[in-house]
Amino acid sequence: MPLPAPQTNVRVVTLTIDGQQLSAREEETVIEVCRENKIPIPSLCWMEGLSVVGACRLCVVEVDGGPRLQAACATRVREGMSVQTNSDRLQRYRRTLVELLFAERNHVCSVCVSNGHCELQWLAQTCGVDHVRMPYRNTGYSVDSSHEMFRVDHNRCVLCTRCVRVCDEIEGAHTWDVMGRGSGCQVVTDLAKPWGESDSCTSCGKCVQVCPTGALVKQGTSVGEMVKDQQFLSILARRRSHR
Amino acid sequence: MNLDDLEDLAAKYRIELGEADREIRVCVATACHSSGAPGVIHGLNAAAAEPPADGEHSCRIKGVGCMGLCSVGPMVAVAEPGADLRESTLYREVAADDAGEILASARKPGAGPVARLHCPSDQPFFARQRWIVRENSGIVDPDSFKGYVAVGGYAAMVQALTEMTPQEVINEVTTSGLRGRGGGGYPTGLKWSTVSKMPEGQKYVICNADEGDPGAFMDRAVLESDPHRLLEGMAIAAYAVGANKGYIYIRAEYPLAVERLKTAIRKAKRSGFLGNHICETQFNFDVEIRLGAGAFVCGEETALMASIEGGRGHPRPRPPYPAEYGLWGHPTLINNVETYANIAPIISNGGDWFAGIGTEKSKGTKVFALAGNIVNGGLIEVDMGITLRDIIFDIGGGIPGGRAFKAVQTGGPSGGCVPEAHLDIPVDYDSLKTLGTMMGSGGMIVMDETSNMVDVARFFMEFCMDESCGKCVPCRAGTQQMHGLLDRIAKAEATRADLELLEELCDVVQATSLCGLGQTAPNPVLSTLRYFRHEYEEKLG
Repeated sequence: MPLPAPQTNVRVVTLTIDGQQLSAREEETVIEVCRENKIPIPSLCWMEGLSVVGACRLCVVEVDGGPRLQAACATRVREGMSVQTNSDRLQRYRRTLVELLFAERNHVCSVCVSNGHCELQWLAQTCGVDHVRMPYRNTGYSVDSSHEMFRVDHNRCVLCTRCVRVCDEIEGAHTWDVMGRGSGCQVVTDLAKPWGESDSCTSCGKCVQVCPTGALVKQGTSVGEMVKDQQFLSILARRRSHR
Repeated sequence: MNLDDLEDLAAKYRIELGEADREIRVCVATACHSSGAPGVIHGLNAAAAEPPADGEHSCRIKGVGCMGLCSVGPMVAVAEPGADLRESTLYREVAADDAGEILASARKPGAGPVARLHCPSDQPFFARQRWIVRENSGIVDPDSFKGYVAVGGYAAMVQALTEMTPQEVINEVTTSGLRGRGGGGYPTGLKWSTVSKMPEGQKYVICNADEGDPGAFMDRAVLESDPHRLLEGMAIAAYAVGANKGYIYIRAEYPLAVERLKTAIRKAKRSGFLGNHICETQFNFDVEIRLGAGAFVCGEETALMASIEGGRGHPRPRPPYPAEYGLWGHPTLINNVETYANIAPIISNGGDWFAGIGTEKSKGTKVFALAGNIVNGGLIEVDMGITLRDIIFDIGGGIPGGRAFKAVQTGGPSGGCVPEAHLDIPVDYDSLKTLGTMMGSGGMIVMDETSNMVDVARFFMEFCMDESCGKCVPCRAGTQQMHGLLDRIAKAEATRADLELLEELCDVVQATSLCGLGQTAPNPVLSTLRYFRHEYEEKLG
């Protein structure tokens, strides 16, 4: 029988989220506690098992009534902290952020392979986006189908960088990265080579599974057929952390 | 080495540099350099090939740093050695052909200045300044290590290393009330104390010289005029917080500053004022230069560190702050050029002396860059608490061409515009915030009645859009949409709904952006809307 694992020095704190009293381990972030306790909080770039970038800003919350918002994914819990995740102000901000994402590139659900299985679409539904108030930019982006199994459609990319992180941190290939700046940012394989010519890609497909939209998909899928399976990530992360 | 040894060294250097009755100082900072200062020096040297006659003054010709009045460069000062700008005979818009005349006047005892080039040094532009950061600017040769030591340079560092504990240094800086000059105004003593309290081990000191605000060139002038002052300040900071390695992150668009900094580091190392066992003490401190590749966001401290580490210059969420988790995960102190340049005089003269200058919450002086529609364009250093009106109309000489003043933009793309009605407010960190703008790093762009404020807002929004790193959604997509809306308003194609959407986006981008760039990007729009809303509404369909 294996010996019990030595007790590491874990400290637990109590905090209040939306009036609900909760306990959490000291090293946890607010979003992790929310997910554990089924407190719905929208997020896009955050994913369990990947590093935190705090880039999509959808999970911003109010902490201790202060005016400065904090990203729930990048905020560690503190003893006695009071978090508000769903005020009118936050709802309004989230809705605008989702609208900004829709207007930025060419998200047309009716012709998208991920229609019905898309996180951006769900976000629009949960954040109450019934129409987009700002003008669509309507800039055409390229589609790279050079890989034999997968395809990247930059028109549908939201630059969450999940693909970059999963490839680097889980697969260890670091095929993906981001080039350019501002709205000229684009995810690239190797040094902006066509995906099919990438030397580092192992064709594991993790990037495709974690992609929240129809930007990274399997070849041969048609409208609404691209269903993603993200279970593997939390399983892998858990197994690795117990090694 | 103690202070007496340093004074002996300074005396030795003063003799080595040669005795002369008069110094002819030619500004060789970027503005004067580009308007012909090298030619002036060449002309003076050629004229000086002829030795002075009996009874005439001997003259030494030297290149010096910025004298401040950049709009009428090249500037030349004729002074007795050791005299400051106010005690000099100043010449403006000097050409190489004028060299002989200036030299002749400088040599002849009792001769008046060359009238057609003369620039009075008792005018408010010079009279109302107080030089602490720019103490040596326009006086010492920026390429000369000996020249800096000769005027008392490195005395503060030697004093700190030999006579003070790190805690005493921090106490002195805390007492001084110095606040970060990069824009945020965070108390410098508190920042130093936080880094020093981190457990011993590898720590870093960084100088943020990635000055990128449009119309701001204060740090460039310090770097080009007095690079040793920065090195001295960094070394004192490193001693205080327990760091042994420093980085200067400077933008590659400042080639002259980079060159002078490299020279300064090389000479200081060779003389034992940087490197191992500085001035024969147990203190080691090495400085490296890192060049920024032209991204404004790299002035944000976490992006700056990512860039030094060799990664993409992207900010990350704070906390953890650099003091706790900085360069390569080690505790790191980041300060701006001007902040470091204040350190040596604070140590030499004491924190109480510094705290006696300025206002209650903003101590000391601040360097401002005057640009735009103003008579005296250039750099000034004034006490905190002076009014904007004094800066613009007295020191700055007002608006050229008889036109009326409209607004002054402070704080760069993170700041806002102040209209005529608020010009009597004192310039300090907190007063400017109440007006919806900020101190920022010190850029001041003066605008006259011909400027349209929607265009101003559009310009700064375009700047933020181009400089957004693209990491977070509100800044990347929000600045783009706001720029589009401002463009439509400026072209009189917008509706009232567009203006409402613009205000909504300002709120969202300000509240939700990841770093300071995005959080402050709406400020120029918000402040012009606050004071010049009618200019927006006039353009609505």
